[in-house]
Amino acid sequence: MKEADVQQEPSYLGAPYGLASWLLTKDHKRIAILYLISITIFFAIGGSFAAMIRAELVTPQGDFLTADLYNKVFTLHGVVMIFFFLIPSIPATLGNFFMPIMIGAKDLAFPRINLLSWYIYVVGATLTLAAVIMGGVDTGWTFYTPYSSVSSTTNVTTAALGVFITGFSSILTGFNFIVTVHRMRAPGMTWFRMPLFVWANYATSLVMILGTPVIAITVLLIAAERALHLGIFDPRIGGDPVLFQHLFWFYSHPAVYIMILPGMGVISELVANVSRKQIFGYSFVAFSSLAIAIIGFLVWGHHMFVTGQSIYAGLVFSIITMLVAVPSAVKTFNWTATMYKGAVVWDSPLFWVLGFMGLFLIGGLTGLFLGAMGLDIHLHDTYFVVAHFHYIMVGGGVMAFLGGLHFYWPKMTGRMYSEPLAKVASMLVFFGFNLTFFPQFIVGYMGMPRRYHSYPAEFQVFNVLSTAGATVLGAGYLMILLYLVYSVVKGPKAPMNPWGATGLEWKIQSPPITHNFHETPVVTEEAYDYLHAPAPTREVTHHE
Amino acid sequence: MSNSTNPVSAAKPHPKLQSHFFSMDQQLEASTLGMWVFLVTEVMFFGGLFMAYIVYRNMYPHAWVEASAELNWKLGGLNTGVLICSSITMALAVRAAMMGNRKQQLINIAITSILGATFLVVKFFEYKAKFEHHLVPGPHFDPSLEQGMQIFFSLYFVMTGIHALHMVIGLGIMAYIFIQAWKGTYDAEYFAPVEVSGLYWHFVDIVWIFLFPLLYLLGAHGA
Repeated sequence: MKEADVQQEPSYLGAPYGLASWLLTKDHKRIAILYLISITIFFAIGGSFAAMIRAELVTPQGDFLTADLYNKVFTLHGVVMIFFFLIPSIPATLGNFFMPIMIGAKDLAFPRINLLSWYIYVVGATLTLAAVIMGGVDTGWTFYTPYSSVSSTTNVTTAALGVFITGFSSILTGFNFIVTVHRMRAPGMTWFRMPLFVWANYATSLVMILGTPVIAITVLLIAAERALHLGIFDPRIGGDPVLFQHLFWFYSHPAVYIMILPGMGVISELVANVSRKQIFGYSFVAFSSLAIAIIGFLVWGHHMFVTGQSIYAGLVFSIITMLVAVPSAVKTFNWTATMYKGAVVWDSPLFWVLGFMGLFLIGGLTGLFLGAMGLDIHLHDTYFVVAHFHYIMVGGGVMAFLGGLHFYWPKMTGRMYSEPLAKVASMLVFFGFNLTFFPQFIVGYMGMPRRYHSYPAEFQVFNVLSTAGATVLGAGYLMILLYLVYSVVKGPKAPMNPWGATGLEWKIQSPPITHNFHETPVVTEEAYDYLHAPAPTREVTHHE
Repeated sequence: MSNSTNPVSAAKPHPKLQSHFFSMDQQLEASTLGMWVFLVTEVMFFGGLFMAYIVYRNMYPHAWVEASAELNWKLGGLNTGVLICSSITMALAVRAAMMGNRKQQLINIAITSILGATFLVVKFFEYKAKFEHHLVPGPHFDPSLEQGMQIFFSLYFVMTGIHALHMVIGLGIMAYIFIQAWKGTYDAEYFAPVEVSGLYWHFVDIVWIFLFPLLYLLGAHGA
């Protein structure tokens, strides 16, 4: 491509200016930016609830928050972080921005539906925020019946409708991605030439379209029970509250894979780049994404070992849960094998890759503890569970999101951030995270239950460590926010390919033009052809 | 991928070709696949309700038969016939759009809409009867009825209510494509909106084809 002749066309950021041009945009890149801003706001809101939880737990007495208020705070932390940050995090931002570019398309198949999904997200999020302002909701993010349907006097209906509506934004994103991957690939972009990030988002989209409708109908039934007396789960008229849990976890376990699969896709991109080597076992990594998506639908019962479900059902769920470890391990081993004898470079993406791999490993292995039926009786509803899923969702999901954000930031904004600051921040996040959540494994194993605002005095030392870690973690996140925002204003201009990476997204200007490509690319090479990749360069060459 | 994605083939673009597609074929394929994927999500959406139906029918088999006998299977059967006829006219409307026959399109879309509205009117009278007979769950539900019957009626109202909501949305879509067809928007190259609306309409019919026997035909009718 001859950059010299075509640089006149303005980038997607500048063509045209104005708030209306952003709010009515159909450009997948601008919608990704809208999502990025929204989820950052919700990450801050969810994070402030987390700060309140950690402040309360510094002392054994429930002295900072009352029991009722504490119930609301942990509920809102969960609802906001899961439905309004983690689920849209990578797919709706990095996926929205890069998936079409990676397969050589000008946009997603349905640009207007893409914009609609953002508006639906905003409406759902606003409703949930309204529930917070009206006095909050205290059912836990799981909305378990009959507490949520019969007993709770808080704003369950509003919050549930917020979650219901936001579900449709997730469905529309998944639906758009699937059609785009099937129908919009550029000439020569065969399925097995697609970057693994696209495979991961495709698998995520399958989970989104198959799982999300089930949670939608389930929370709708809660709302119908509260508002219209249609008591599907009401034990007073013979209903079964445990049926709610089955329907809820049929979505909410696969939802964990909505949070982690795109992160695995990001790590696959980053690990090949920092190793400067073709990914080891491309097709295994690609198919392991699909395997995780499929097996993930068959394990929901492991959340319900103590609900009195049949012990034989429990056995089957336990065994299938162990099976999820196989495709997860395939990925981890393949990433490690990619780094082995690779020319590893000490760029900031490496720090996120290593952080992800370490934390995901711990999170994944402790998942096997919880999947074992007998051991789960002891660990159920303790801080061990809290630590486990934070290692996966925050240690895995958020580390990968931040890694991807750092890797793709120069392409998205056209600016470079400070490499040394990024390395310091990644270390802060890594150490802060471990200090926060590793003590929770121990205190949970010792028997500290989750969701109480007070606890026996012998658990205090672990909780103080945890709160100290959360402070470091928060400082790390704040630092990232500051230097990334600073880079947009004052950062040096980014070149086309600062990391010397492969893939179509690195062959177009930074930031890209509205239609991504001046002419439709024709793909002739495999993904991750690092033998022929250009050398990394942080300087803008004269013709850019 | 087919050669329809070859950028060279788009010599003189159709006015309805969106700029991010190479060709009308690619645009049509994307639209129809999109509707199929959407229908998969609809199957999962109703799937949760069918799951609840299966669980409770196993829990309360007798109450299920008793409650089902309270429904008017003749009106339900009439509505089944109405919807099957509307699917036929919908299929004819899609074919008329593909052939570029504006008059046939308008007639068939109109008949489809009238049949859809008929369904809703019949449904309204069925619901009204349930209110009169104290069969609507909640504080006014007839307390003398067997345990489990209230759950049946909760499911009945949720399932048929959401189905009726889909019918209302379907009528809105029919109104839109009627206006567009009136303006002559659709031709032999651009008929994707009619085709995907047809897919949606048939899906909503099929949901009813499942609901009708599961809800109406369990009781010992006519005995």
